[in-house]
Amino acid sequence: MIGSMPVGVGHFLVVSAILLMLGVFGIFLNRKNVIVILMSVELILLAVNLNLVAFAAALGDLAGQVMAMFVLTVAAAEAAIGLAIVVVYFRNRGSIQVEDVNLMKG
Amino acid sequence: MIYTLAVFAPLIGALIAGLAGRWIGDRAAMTASVGGMLVAAVCGPAAWIMLEWGGAPAGVVSIATWIQAGSFHVHWALRYDALSASMVAMVSFVAMLIHVYSLGYMAHDSYRRYRFFAYLSLFTFAMLMLVTANNLLQLFFGWEGVGLCSYLLIGYWYDRPSACAAAIKAFVVNRIGDLAFAIGVALTFLTFGAVGFDAIFAHLGQHQSEVYHILGGTIRTYEMICTLLFIGAMGKSAQLFLHVWLPDAMEGPTPVSALIHAATMVTAGVFLVARMSPLMNLAPGTLTFITIIGGSTAFFAATIGCVQNDIKRVIAYSTCSQLGYMFLGEGVAAYPASIFHLLTHAFFKALLFMCAGSVIHAMSDEQDMRKMGGLWNKIPITYVTMWAGSLALGGIFPFAGYFSKDAILDAAFAAHTPAGYYGWLMGILAAAMTAFYSWRLLLMTFHGTSRADHHVMAHVHESPWVMTVPLMVLSVGALTAGFLLHPVVLGENWSSYWQGAIQLASTNHIMATMERIPGWATLLPSIVGLLGIAVAYWFYWWNPMLPVRLASTFRPVYLFLLNKWYFDELYDAIFVRPAFALGKMLWQTGDATIIDGVPNGLAELTVDGSRGAVKIQTGSIAVYAFVMLIGLVTLVGVFLIWG
Amino acid sequence: MAPTFFFYLFSIVLVLCAAMVVSARNPVHSVLFLIGAFFNAAALFLIAGAEFLAFILVIVYVGAVAVLFLFVVMMLDVDFEQLRGGVQRYMPVGIAVGVLLLAELIFVIAGWHVHPGAAQLRFAPAPAGVSNTVALGQIIYTKYILLFQAAGLVLLVAMIGAIVLTLRDRRSSRHQRIAVQNARMPGDTMELLDVVLGAGVGAGDIRRPKVTEPDGIGDDPHGHGGGHHKAEAHHAPEGR
Repeated sequence: MIGSMPVGVGHFLVVSAILLMLGVFGIFLNRKNVIVILMSVELILLAVNLNLVAFAAALGDLAGQVMAMFVLTVAAAEAAIGLAIVVVYFRNRGSIQVEDVNLMKG
Repeated sequence: MIYTLAVFAPLIGALIAGLAGRWIGDRAAMTASVGGMLVAAVCGPAAWIMLEWGGAPAGVVSIATWIQAGSFHVHWALRYDALSASMVAMVSFVAMLIHVYSLGYMAHDSYRRYRFFAYLSLFTFAMLMLVTANNLLQLFFGWEGVGLCSYLLIGYWYDRPSACAAAIKAFVVNRIGDLAFAIGVALTFLTFGAVGFDAIFAHLGQHQSEVYHILGGTIRTYEMICTLLFIGAMGKSAQLFLHVWLPDAMEGPTPVSALIHAATMVTAGVFLVARMSPLMNLAPGTLTFITIIGGSTAFFAATIGCVQNDIKRVIAYSTCSQLGYMFLGEGVAAYPASIFHLLTHAFFKALLFMCAGSVIHAMSDEQDMRKMGGLWNKIPITYVTMWAGSLALGGIFPFAGYFSKDAILDAAFAAHTPAGYYGWLMGILAAAMTAFYSWRLLLMTFHGTSRADHHVMAHVHESPWVMTVPLMVLSVGALTAGFLLHPVVLGENWSSYWQGAIQLASTNHIMATMERIPGWATLLPSIVGLLGIAVAYWFYWWNPMLPVRLASTFRPVYLFLLNKWYFDELYDAIFVRPAFALGKMLWQTGDATIIDGVPNGLAELTVDGSRGAVKIQTGSIAVYAFVMLIGLVTLVGVFLIWG
Repeated sequence: MAPTFFFYLFSIVLVLCAAMVVSARNPVHSVLFLIGAFFNAAALFLIAGAEFLAFILVIVYVGAVAVLFLFVVMMLDVDFEQLRGGVQRYMPVGIAVGVLLLAELIFVIAGWHVHPGAAQLRFAPAPAGVSNTVALGQIIYTKYILLFQAAGLVLLVAMIGAIVLTLRDRRSSRHQRIAVQNARMPGDTMELLDVVLGAGVGAGDIRRPKVTEPDGIGDDPHGHGGGHHKAEAHHAPEGR
């Protein structure tokens, strides 16, 4: 299995898919705190980046790498804002347990 | 011109008093109202005199167009002919006197008086529109207008539940008649294509043999129309079966009773039949019906009047009875006699009511005759005028009632038909009872030892001059109008007075025949009248215990008469209770449960549905994310499989 | 050969780190595993030939974002034991859905092949003979300059947003209010008085200083004014 075939774009895509699934999994399966959700989002974005870079390499098209860079930029910005929100929320509510974030309960 | 002024001056007075009365104050409102009536009272008789003796031509005063809808054209117009002018003269004059009388009678009333005068003037305007109408629709406008004002005035003291109930009763019973009237007008339009009198009377010959097929039988069109119109008249003029509202209408102030329920509104039915006389002549079945109803009412009301204890009720039943007389006269197609009786009756009945009002005013609002007595020397003017009115009513020569009532009875006899004889017999009996109860009223109220307590007796005082002057004016009319007018209105030259406003069938010579009936028949009304007076004196002067012993001996009969032949109880059981039960059922079951239940149920459904749906909003973002993921997976799956 | 081996090595470690991120009990461990995942991903990028991106990943993601995560995790008072019950409820369904998603993705990937004419559709063909960084620089600053500036704006907005959200105006800090200072007139602050000879400052009609703190001029850039007015009133100027 290992080393049997050269690394093609498909391998990268499989890895990316697994990462995506793990990230998505992490969003709704964790009960600990909201920061893990943010980290899971980072994982998902990482999977996307991997996907883009894999195709850029396979097609010899630099646009994929450019896109990946911009995704990186936005991910960083979003992580900052998300954490700021978590901080403010913690200040006001005193807890970041996921289940306590339920003010929108109808 | 003065004719128009006579009709519209009361309206102007009513508008000023009614709309501006709150701001200009009672005195100004009353001045406006009475001023309008004075103008009308001058112009009305003037127009009448000009028509009859001044040579003014009869005609139609056009005011405005009302309805133009396809072939249905109706105009506002005032009909200027003998019948209308006579009625206008009478109505405006009597109404003016009553307005003046009300200045005194309502002086100590607790309500703001501008309302009363506004209603009174408005009523006068409506009545004038009724009698001057040139078409059935305008007549109906006046008809409804007087009905409305009657309701407003009967319920004038609106804080009394009995007054409100009486007003509603009057309106509802009138409505029954109005319904028949409206159908009659509709049928008239269907038959003749128009509702104007000139148009109808011009085409009378064309539709004589048309029939309706109803309920398996056939009825002539003219009979149908005339019967329906007469049922309307029955409601308005309180004839048998639709009379129940008139005694209760005495809840209103006495001037109201005098104006509406003696002189004007209740005579509208009589006026209608006379106005439609050309058509009525072609519906002999209806005329027979009118005769029977009129005669029966005359007798029926008189019997009840004999045992009533409220002074105004006695006079109210007397009115009902006299209206029966008028219809009796019209039933035998002696329309001039009926109208003549209408005119004289207006004078002496209004007089009687106003005298009763004066007595009530003197007795500090006491109306029960059993608590009166011994007043004749304390309120002499009222006493004398009441004698004048009673003499006129009782048909004693040479006063007004003698000529008019005897004319009707003679005509009924001269008709030589079974219905006519029936009516004549009823009329004779009623004449006896009329005299009886009139003198009963006089004796119980003014003579004997006083049965009131001395507080009331200490306050007894003659009414102010604003009240007594109208009494005196009317008593002059009651005494003299008969022998002054009767050769003009009746007699050989009757048609030159009426000039075609009232028409008799060409085969009908009753106006001549009635002069030539046997002598005993002519004298009989007077004899029974004097007999009635004698019995009244016997019962209430010489032997006051006699009526009491009679009442206890014949107690069922007494109670039957006292309770108005139990008509109210009968109607209550047949109509009122079922209607209330139906209404209650429709309200509680139909409206509250079913009709309200539908939107309420829908709302409940919505609320419950949303309450169930809101459980999706768990507020937990993990659950939301999860659901989003499931959605994503589903979408991708859909695209994979079917995409 | 070697690339293949390294590829499998790094990808397996990456997946393991990612799995640990979501399931570690201690949130600090979660962050550290995240850092591990980033490093391995950077390595994978290198294998794929995106050198610039790999280093950027390490510098930005690990150096900034993950450190930020660490800061926040350690700043907030997180009770890292509380695994409240309830995760068991969703586990079967969650796993099922996740596996389904994975299956779908792999299904897509497996049946995918490149169109022969795809080479013509490339947006930015990689120029030969230059390094990856130079090539990227050549297209970012020319062809994608607008996107580049937009990304810069996004970062600016994010920075301002983060400050706006979390800044707390300390009541105890007094900062300059230039407008107030400029608007102050000598007559507001100074008054010449005649003092009776021999009397001290405490006697007689010596009034307290004239200046009171005016409220609201140039105040509250952050809108936290509600708590301040009472505090301001206590501040009499020190000078006398």
